[in-house]
Amino acid sequence: MTELLQIEGLRLSRAGREVLKGISLSVPRGQVAALMGLSGSGKTTALRATVALEAFDAGRIEVDGFALSAGPVPTESRLAPLRRKAGMVFQSHALFEHLTAIENVALAPIRVLGQPEAESRERGSLLLDSLGVGHRATAYPRELSGGEAQRVAIARALAMDPPLLLMDEPTASLDPARRGSLGETLEALSREGRGLLIATHDTDFASDFADRVIILAEGVVAEEGPPSLLASPTHPATRALLDYRKTERPHRT
Amino acid sequence: MSRRPAGSRLLLGLMFGAAACAAAQTGPAPALRWGGDAEGGAPFVEADPADPSKVRGFDVEVAETIARGLGREPRFVQVAFSSIDASVARGDFDIGLSGVEDTPARRAMLAATMPYFEFREVLAVRQADAGNYRGLSDLLGRRVGTLGGTIAYDILLAGRERHGYLPVSYDDDVHPYSDLAAGRLDAVLLDHIIAARSLKRVPGLVVEPDPVATGHYIGVLAKENTRLRDRVNEVLAAAMRDGTLERIYRRWDIWDASQAAFFQASLSTLSRNPADAGSLAVSSSRWASAIRYVPSLLRAALITLLLSCAAMALAVLLGIGIAAGRIYGPGAARALLTGYVELVRGTPVLLQLFVLYYGLSSVVRLPAFAAALLGLGLNYAAYESEIYRGALEAVSRVQLEAARTLGFSEWLILRLVRGPQAFRLALAPMTNDFVALLKDSSLVSVITVVELTKQTSIFATNIGSWVLPGILCAAIYLAMSLPLSRLARRLERRWSATA
Repeated sequence: MTELLQIEGLRLSRAGREVLKGISLSVPRGQVAALMGLSGSGKTTALRATVALEAFDAGRIEVDGFALSAGPVPTESRLAPLRRKAGMVFQSHALFEHLTAIENVALAPIRVLGQPEAESRERGSLLLDSLGVGHRATAYPRELSGGEAQRVAIARALAMDPPLLLMDEPTASLDPARRGSLGETLEALSREGRGLLIATHDTDFASDFADRVIILAEGVVAEEGPPSLLASPTHPATRALLDYRKTERPHRT
Repeated sequence: MSRRPAGSRLLLGLMFGAAACAAAQTGPAPALRWGGDAEGGAPFVEADPADPSKVRGFDVEVAETIARGLGREPRFVQVAFSSIDASVARGDFDIGLSGVEDTPARRAMLAATMPYFEFREVLAVRQADAGNYRGLSDLLGRRVGTLGGTIAYDILLAGRERHGYLPVSYDDDVHPYSDLAAGRLDAVLLDHIIAARSLKRVPGLVVEPDPVATGHYIGVLAKENTRLRDRVNEVLAAAMRDGTLERIYRRWDIWDASQAAFFQASLSTLSRNPADAGSLAVSSSRWASAIRYVPSLLRAALITLLLSCAAMALAVLLGIGIAAGRIYGPGAARALLTGYVELVRGTPVLLQLFVLYYGLSSVVRLPAFAAALLGLGLNYAAYESEIYRGALEAVSRVQLEAARTLGFSEWLILRLVRGPQAFRLALAPMTNDFVALLKDSSLVSVITVVELTKQTSIFATNIGSWVLPGILCAAIYLAMSLPLSRLARRLERRWSATA
């Protein structure tokens, strides 16, 4: 299997605190990997470092042949190849508030890739349709429900056709039915040959839809394996994650 | 009849206010309160260098002569020159005397004494131009300055069409002469006393020998105070006859042959016809003059609007630049721009206008309108930049990060994501600022731009009442600002719903 994302020995400090203490992980094409851990375990930070939103102190990140190394974040022009390789869906969706759903999706293909506007909108419509929000194309972000906004955000990232898709807590704003259909969407995307790295603390979702789980605890990879390891946890961090689910349904917003 | 540039006015007011209080406590005799502007300076009324709590000048001695003739103690009341009429009408003092010009409007509104001094309106020019501008008809295409709200200004306005020069009105009688020397003006038309005084102060100027017109100084009393006025006239006539006034004028070096002829003439007229201008024509003439002034008010409103729009456009462009520089620029540029914003916001716009127009005139001689536009534009740019900076900062960071992960450059993010959203947030406060600018633009009258407020004050001085001009002026300002305020509110509602 070709590794699409390879992270080695990633260390990252913020405000004097070491958030990531040397994590290594990889995601091959065609796989849904769940990056799991409680709040503060460093999941989001690892995703942000992968798309060069955050500088890191040591280690190496390689996305489909494009390598990031420790030190300040490179300029946007030098990051252009990375932008074509990795898409990111933020927990808060981060849609452009002043644009409609279809405009959100078509903006980057038009402005960054220089695609003709009509073609971009056409492709954008197809994407929105395939994600079940085609009927909301002309709605503004404030008019969308949490689930709809998330689908538009996924469509926006996919419009750039990145082989690697990162998602931060995608189930946080979804009801159970929506979580199921999101999971099916992700499986479909992996069947297209994309690699997906999903930061989540939703153990049910990971058990149902992930091909592999990576447990983060206090800045290190505590445990890694097939989703079945969630059924028989060996590491205390994994048990803590499962306990958390029992005490509180993970419906973070 | 003259005013010095703003500045020492407050100090003078305090000084003489205190002096007046002291006098009120000690003086048992019924005092004659007379109002004048000590900022007018010598030889009219000025603070005595030997004892700044006292005033001196020929007007002071005329007032003392009148008080003596009435058997009363003179007491000076400091009042701004342009407020003498209104102050005496509302009873702040008994008589106003400070180079007050004899005009039909004044006679209609107040009880005027007989004229006690005849002045000539003369043209001052640069030495190099001596002999070239002997009269108004020689000034085609030239800029001629004077003090606003005076007979000289009325003369300039009346002859503008015929002679084709540009009248420039000032708030004081010092800057016209310094601007003349600096080349901003080609001539100054004012009373010969003021011209003579200014020639001593500003080198390189001469006065053309032929007067453009003559006028008179009078004392003014409240309309109903005709009994006191008549007694003052008796005192003045006696002082003319017995040489008291001549001695005063000689002492202040303002006596000449024409003054003697004027005394003769006025004493003989007085014996024949002591009456005022009839009050019958008053109300109709005031309305008539109000209508006459409407076109000039509308023209001035256009200046206000043009100036405000142009200054706002400049402020918006610069403001965007400053805000972008403070967010995206390198450290040094950020510090510099922050310094600029703090400096501009921390000092009065009036001071900035003065510095730009007068202070820098030796370096760059800006035309008045350009200085006004630049002054207001630079000032408002600081405020606009803060609005834009706040608006840019208000666009959620995660949207900018999302845009980065999609491959947008910083410039594209600003143009496509951050800018448009910030613009919506900024639109309502910007509109509010524009309304404020519309009103602040009245400040530029200090650098000789005649805009709506200035035109109104000229109008009010000329017809001797603020009521009608004030109402008209307010109506025009409201007509300009109310639609904008409404627009601001609508935008605010609309965008607060979308954002």
